[in-house]
Order: sequence, then structure tokens, then C-alpha cells
Amino acid sequence: MSAAQPKGEPRIVVEGLVKRFGSFTAVDHVTFRIAEGEIVGFIGPNGAGKSTTIRILCGLLRPSEGRAVVAGIDVTRDPEAVRQHIGYMSQKFSLYGDLTVAENLRFFGSIYGVPRAVLGERMRFAVEMAGLSGREDALVSTLAGGWKQRLALGCAILHRPPILFLDEPTSGVDPESRRRFWDLIHALAADGVTVLVSTHYMDEAEYCNRVALINQGRLVAMGSPVELKRRGLGGDLLLIETDALGLALAALEGAPGVRDVAAFGNTLHVLVDAAALAQRDLPKRLADHGVADARIASIEPTLEDIFVRLVATSAAAGAAS
Amino acid sequence: MRVGRLKAMAVKEMLQVWRDPRSLMIALLMPIMQMVLLGYGVNLDAKHVPVCTFDREGSQLSEALLKRFQASAYFAIVDVVDTYRAVTADLDRGDCRIAIVVPPDFSERLSDSGSSSVQAIIDGTDDNTANLALGYAQAVVSGFSSDVQIRFSASQGQWMPRPPPLSIDARVWFNEDLESRNFIIPGVVAMVMALVGSQLTSLTISRDWERGTMELLVSTPVTPMEVMLGKLLPYFVIGFLDAALCLAFAVFWFEVPFRGTILTLFVTTALFLVVVLCIGYLISVMIRSQLGASQIALLVTMLPTALLSGYTFPIDQMPAPIRAITYLVHARYYVTILKSVFLKGLGVFDLAGPVLAMVIYAAVVAVFASRAFRKRLD
Repeated sequence: MSAAQPKGEPRIVVEGLVKRFGSFTAVDHVTFRIAEGEIVGFIGPNGAGKSTTIRILCGLLRPSEGRAVVAGIDVTRDPEAVRQHIGYMSQKFSLYGDLTVAENLRFFGSIYGVPRAVLGERMRFAVEMAGLSGREDALVSTLAGGWKQRLALGCAILHRPPILFLDEPTSGVDPESRRRFWDLIHALAADGVTVLVSTHYMDEAEYCNRVALINQGRLVAMGSPVELKRRGLGGDLLLIETDALGLALAALEGAPGVRDVAAFGNTLHVLVDAAALAQRDLPKRLADHGVADARIASIEPTLEDIFVRLVATSAAAGAAS
Repeated sequence: MRVGRLKAMAVKEMLQVWRDPRSLMIALLMPIMQMVLLGYGVNLDAKHVPVCTFDREGSQLSEALLKRFQASAYFAIVDVVDTYRAVTADLDRGDCRIAIVVPPDFSERLSDSGSSSVQAIIDGTDDNTANLALGYAQAVVSGFSSDVQIRFSASQGQWMPRPPPLSIDARVWFNEDLESRNFIIPGVVAMVMALVGSQLTSLTISRDWERGTMELLVSTPVTPMEVMLGKLLPYFVIGFLDAALCLAFAVFWFEVPFRGTILTLFVTTALFLVVVLCIGYLISVMIRSQLGASQIALLVTMLPTALLSGYTFPIDQMPAPIRAITYLVHARYYVTILKSVFLKGLGVFDLAGPVLAMVIYAAVVAVFASRAFRKRLD
């Protein structure tokens, strides 16, 4: 599952991609490759350029610079050919609310050119997948968020596309529905479908084979979640719990072996060169500064830690150069 | 282009229209409402023109003359007064459009000199009605005058009065009763179809943009041609229903004589529908909001059609530059065709000129419409 390197042939190749809207650069020289059967997550805050990149890959927006190749086809040169190979779920729900579940499925099936002989069976599959059996005749506008999203996914895979672009498919959906949705994505990837999915939920990154961290149009880092955590921090992470938070913060900033201190709620996250060394030295230093009740534990960093750290270092690097 | 996709688009669009009260209203109620409003509202006949009379003589003869006015369908006596001041007041208030004043020496001068006159004071603010009222008044008086002459001749012992040396033997063709309604209603049908047609399609593409469904649609392999034809097809059917409704309304309700063939009507209406539906579609593609698109569609069809199509204001009486502009107004051709088909009973070949113009118009608009839609977001 945690493939660090793309396995097999790349299905999506993006090189030096730039998209400008007037003076605003939404996508800034982004380069990556995605292999067959991979699930790649685009992680980043709203407005980071995730949707714009996905729209370019679907042939909906023309890139200002660079190249994007999907299923071996250059999207700028032949967007129509690309569309035969992709399924797309846009950020805004875009099925027809005034049509029923079955009518939507039949419409998109016909539009994608699904042969009549298999359409019925594919529609049944999609309805079951979305958990909408028995509600085929319900107007889509009457469905709750989770069902809508799963139905949209069902519509996007009616024509069995080898590549899926999902733009924030789980936004505004309850946690239970989100888990179910990710189960579906994993099942599709197991069948060889390549999935590029954007989200602003950091915890969803853990479901992806690889994660692309995106901020202000730039690709900050890309790799498997495990790899990113190991590489991204360049040290070990300690959690310090204390009642004297301010005192502890002052004591640790600039201490030897301490790279970074950040307050996380009523605890401190401390990035150190080596956990073992620090766990021996830090209690004394804290005690010297009048922090007596500190409890120190070594913790696994979350992707959010990584993201914050990477954005900070890349911003610093950008300022230095 | 694939038939399966085209059919899917058309079916989808039909279902959406059927479930959208706003579209349904435009499709079915608007034409009927407009037929009624425009059909009754626009009337160029001056019937029952309000008259006030001031008989300063009160003789048998003067009363006989005023009775003529009373009997005429063109006039309605609304006030009988006995001072000039009252006459002025009536005209000022607009209670009457014309006042007939019989002088105190009316009969006396007639018997003395064989000729007399009555005064007509006319409100000229609306020149059209004033002209008509004057003409009608002259007709009433001259009718009375020849009666007087006959009676006078008879009293002189002449059996046959001499006929006037010259007269017109008038025979009216096409609109025998000179009913302005017969001339206007076919034009109203054209006007209604121009409005409704472009309204119907002005919402189709903008609705998809507004609801966000367009983003998904353009990411599919559907072609712009399939989108256009698939969206226009249901409205073509609805447009035909509307046209049939309006035409039936014209024939059976307003009783406009229909002398042409249904086939001519069918062919020309189909052409006109292509033009107006494509215009609406074009606007819908360019303006991505439903409200904006329907407003623009109203603006670009309403004014040119009302003023420059010749449906009320005759084109051949317009100044040359304006007349040149009317060639760009689609409804101009359909108005000409409908009037000819209704009143003259002309066929498609008699109408080759306007029909050809509509074919060219339809082709140009359809080409523009089919190229306007881009499967892109930027």
C-alpha cells in the first residue's frame, strides 16, 4: 500500500504546470507523476490550487505554461480524447437535482457512451455502491450529502474510466460517510483505477498511497505519508504537557538540540535532533527554568505537523533566495 | 455526433422543463397571456369615438343630422350640451374626441342659399384617431347631405336626382371589412413566438452554469453539437405547440380569416422557430446567469419586433435608413409571411423572398450558436 515510488507506467504526467488568472498565479510550476492504480491525495488549504490543477488535467482549463499528459494524451492538444478516459467529480455537487437517481445514472451512462447492454447492470452496481437501493426514483435534490457524493462517484465510474479525478469529494460529509467513501476509492484502486483526490482534511491523507502537499500554487512535498513524516521533519517530535506552558516555551526556544517549539492546544510540540538525547537533557533544563511538572513523551508526527513545518521551511527558503 | 447522446440530452432537458415551473409557465402560459394582451390591446380601429353635441338651432333638420351621428357605429354621443364653455370643458377633460356644433341659422341658410355647414371641433392630440374621426364625420354629413338633396329634388318635382359626375367604385381585397384586427393579429402571433421562443432557450445553458451541472457536463465526451441539438429539440416541440396554440387562437377566437394552407404555416413556422430558438440559445451560452440571459433575450427580441417588424407600423412608410435596419429583424419576414398566408392565402413559393431570407437567417444564427459553446471553464 505505501508505495514510495510510482509502480508501473505513469498514467498522469505533469511537468512545470503553471496557471495564471490575470496577475494571480493559481498553479506555480508543479511537476509530478502518478502511476497506474495509485491513490494520490492533493492536500492543502482552500485556494492552494488543487481544484485548478485537477480542472487542467480534465481539460477544462488551459494551462498557461507547462505540460499535462493524462492516459498518454496531452490535455492541451486533445482534451476530448482525454475525456473518454477519465471520470470527474467536481468540487460543487453537479448531478441534476431535479432528476431522479436512476435518471441521472441513465443520462451520464448514455453521455459516456456506455453500451445499452451493460448500462442496466452498471446502474444497478452504482445504486448498490451508493447505498441507494430502493430509492432509484427519488429526486437527487432530496438526498443527504453522503448519498449525493456516493451517487456522484457512481456516475463518474459508469463508463469504467481508468483514471478518476475527485475534487474534494468528502467536503461537508459526515465522518461515517467519509470512511465509506474511502473504502470505495480503495476498492476501485485495487482494480487498477488511478485516483487523484483532493481534500483539505489532513486525516484523509493517511488513506492515500502518496500525498502531494500543496500551498499557494506550489507543490511543497510529495511522498507516501510515512515517508513524508520521516523526511519532512528532519528530527524527532516530543510532546510536552505542563501547566506552565509559557515558561516551558521560553525555556526551550533556542535550547541546544531543539529545532522548533510550537504550542498545540495546551501542550507543546518540540522538534529535536534526537529523541533519546533530548529526553535525557530537557527535564533538567525545564526544572532550571522553574517548570517542575513537565511530562515528556515521544510522539508520531501527524501530516498536519509536517505540512506546517514544510510550508514554514519552504517559505523561509523562498525568502532567503 | 451520436444519436444515443443526443437522445439522452433531449430526454434530460424535457424532464427538467417538465419539472421546472418557471420554464413551464413561459412555455404554456406566456403565449396565451400575450395573445390576449396584444390581441385586445393593439387596436387601430376608431369605433365609438366619443362625441359631444351642441345644437344651437334645435330644428327638425338639426335633430335629424345629430340622430345620424347617434346611429353611426363610429360615434357614441357622450354628452349633449348647450354652451361653448361646456364643449371646451368636455374636450379639455378628454370626455369627447370630437364636438359637433350646429349653428343657429343652419336650416335657414340651407333653404336660403341651398348650402349650410356644421362645425366639428376635434381633439388633435392623437392625430390618428383625429383623422379617422374627421373622416367619419364627413361621411356622416355627406350621407345626410345627399338625403337632403334627394328630398329637395323630389319636392321640386324632379323624379331622379342627378348623380355626382365622378365617383370611386371601391372594392377592398384581403381584408374586406377593413378590420385592423385582421391585419394585426397575425403580426401578434409572430411577436409572441419571437418572445416566447428566445425566452425558452435563453435559460437552458445558463441554468446548467448556475446550478454547477455544466462543469460535469463539459468534462464528459459530449460534443457541443450534441448539447445544442439535444437542448433545442424539446423546445422545438414546445415551440410548435405554442405556435399552434397562438394560430388557433387567432383563427377561432379573434376570427381572423385564414385562407392559406396549414403546410405553408408549418414550414415557415418551423423556420422561424429555428431562428428564435437559436438566438435564445446563443444568448444563454454567452450569459451565464438565468436572469441576465432572459432579460437580454427579452430586450433584443421585444423592441425590434414591436417597432421594426411591421406588425403595427408599416415598414414601407419608414424612412430609408430605418427601413434598411428592418431587414435585420427576424420577425419582419415571419410577419410578412403570416399576414400573406392568413389574408391572401399565399403558398411557400409565392413567398419565396421572405422564406429565403428566413432560411439564410436561420442558417447564420445556427452556425453562430453551434460555435459559441466551448467545453471550457475559462
